[in-house]
Amino acid sequence: MDVALVKPTTERATRELFAAARDRLPGSGPVSEARQAAFDDFARRGLPYRRIEEWKYTDLRTLLREIAPLAATPDQAALARAAKAVVARDAKGAYKLVLVDGVFAPQLSDQTPETGVEVRALRNILENNDVAARADLLITTAASDTMISLNTALATDGVVIDVAENLNLSRPLHIVHITTQSSTAAFTRSLLRLANGAHATLIESFVAAEGAAAYQAHDSVVLWIGDGAELQHVRLVEDAHDAANISTAIVTIGAKARFNSLNLTCGAAVSRYQGFIKFGGEGSHADVNGVNLLNGHQHGDTTLVLDHAVPHCSSNEVFRAVLDDQAHSVFQGKIIVQPDAQKTDGKMMTRALLLSDGAEADNKPELEIFADDVTCGHGATVGALDESLLFYLRARGLSEKEAQALLIQAFVGEAVESVADDGLRDVVIEAAERWLAARG
Amino acid sequence: MPLLEVKDLQVRVEEREILHGLSLTVNKGEVHAIMGPNGSGKSTLSHVIAGKPGYEVTGGQILFNGEDLLEMEPDERAAKGVFLAFQYPVEIPGVATMTFLRTALNAQRKARGESEYSTPNFLKKVRDVAASLNIPQDMLRRGINVGFSGGEKKRNEVLQMALFEPSLCILDEMDSGLDIDALRVAADGVNALRSPDRAMVVITHYQRLLNYIVPDFVHVMSKGRVVKSGNKDLALELEASGYAQFEEA
Repeated sequence: MDVALVKPTTERATRELFAAARDRLPGSGPVSEARQAAFDDFARRGLPYRRIEEWKYTDLRTLLREIAPLAATPDQAALARAAKAVVARDAKGAYKLVLVDGVFAPQLSDQTPETGVEVRALRNILENNDVAARADLLITTAASDTMISLNTALATDGVVIDVAENLNLSRPLHIVHITTQSSTAAFTRSLLRLANGAHATLIESFVAAEGAAAYQAHDSVVLWIGDGAELQHVRLVEDAHDAANISTAIVTIGAKARFNSLNLTCGAAVSRYQGFIKFGGEGSHADVNGVNLLNGHQHGDTTLVLDHAVPHCSSNEVFRAVLDDQAHSVFQGKIIVQPDAQKTDGKMMTRALLLSDGAEADNKPELEIFADDVTCGHGATVGALDESLLFYLRARGLSEKEAQALLIQAFVGEAVESVADDGLRDVVIEAAERWLAARG
Repeated sequence: MPLLEVKDLQVRVEEREILHGLSLTVNKGEVHAIMGPNGSGKSTLSHVIAGKPGYEVTGGQILFNGEDLLEMEPDERAAKGVFLAFQYPVEIPGVATMTFLRTALNAQRKARGESEYSTPNFLKKVRDVAASLNIPQDMLRRGINVGFSGGEKKRNEVLQMALFEPSLCILDEMDSGLDIDALRVAADGVNALRSPDRAMVVITHYQRLLNYIVPDFVHVMSKGRVVKSGNKDLALELEASGYAQFEEA
């Protein structure tokens, strides 16, 4: 395909899309100015493609081709279909915050009655005068990435959550993204701010309502973790197998804080999860893990940038991919150690399990170290299931599929075991089990 | 009908013939020892009976209760009652022993059309068997064989044998890597499983194991065949004279 011929068409289509969407995008004045600037940035550069180093394995010009038209505001029928999908993905005991086709649906969401927790819709904030929240929401400086720009330009809604100082939130917050409209795109942006000493758990799920196909979910979350605060973060991408999911997390970690994150991707034909994680205070630790379970022609990309901007922080990345058929998994992990960030400890380990000859795993570790007293390391392996382990299990009565499933669960478990909370870990394991069960 | 009938079995591994027409008949209630020098094909026989991939059967047959064993997948053989205690049990990190035992037992029961064990019944059964083999509970919570000593791994094999209640147990070099105390514990576990409904094939290089598990029949293998059969006295004879007489044959 000739990229030079494709790009102008895409750009024109996208300009038309933006022009058409404008009336529906909340916010005026500085908000719409920021949107326009972000859109111009996207329009100038277009969809990222293989010559952009950060996107070399995930060429959206061939994988995505174009941005689908913005989904309509969901009607009653769409909300009813979404309600069914919510029930199927209910994480036990969590406060559900449901976004349907990119629009916050309070009627499908739970109230969060705990004192010190405030949940608002993005739309309301952009239309009001909460300048601080607006600035946080429209943050794009963390990474000069065109897909973040596009998200800034087109975000229709999202949830903005504030957790007060020293509050230990008793139940997880669960943002559920549901798409009901085929061949459309939804753009969402959410924000979670944990004040100093606060503890919270955030789950993000991406699913399709029954029958929704070939859609695009574009999401960004901005996470602020205050000094001494702790965030458990789990993402589950279970979109329809012909959908696309392009998501970004921009995370800033305060001093003596903890960030424990796990992304599990088993849905979507094309997915990209990019995490830009920055240590802003000393003495903090981040576990940033990921699992890709892919088959068919799925393409899943996890790209993480850990920015050790201050001394005395540690990060650990564990990534696992299980790939069948012609699936393609990408892991890119960059660790940056800034000149002042002495005593940094940064580790990264990725392993891929190939269940077929046609599957492919790409792994790109990058270390940019500007300090001299640091410990950083990375490792990667790619391999098939061990035949001797399979035979042992089969000699004990397990069928080939059962034996494979047990070994796959063990393989994935190394990334999942960092999730400390039993209930939360079960949510992840259940998602992995759904994938294994679907293999037959 | 014999429990196991191996008839004129010929097996190749990567173009090289390992078994050149081996025959063996095992009836219920019998304990057979198969002895022989390294490379005589003892372990190959055990692997082929259990269905390990990588072996090409070019001739002969194996009947188990009259059924053609070679037509069955390894898991079908296990469900029918074939159990191989591995010479080198593998370590499988991340798969808890308890989970594995329950999955395996219920898979076998399901294949036989029996109902699955309830959790309390299963736990009680495992606890009882583990206690009789001096296997502490915390070992069962760990990954399969992870961090187990050689003796613990072999005891874990005996535990599975007791749990799955197979009709044919093949013990492949059970004594390798065990000191005398560990050997005695494992052998006691095996002896407790001797029954008129169950047969055992004990594969060993050394006579020592047969002091603890006393066989009804002893077969000597050399160069891919059974070259001599007898009673337990044959093992003692071998201990005195060595395998050299058969190697030259």
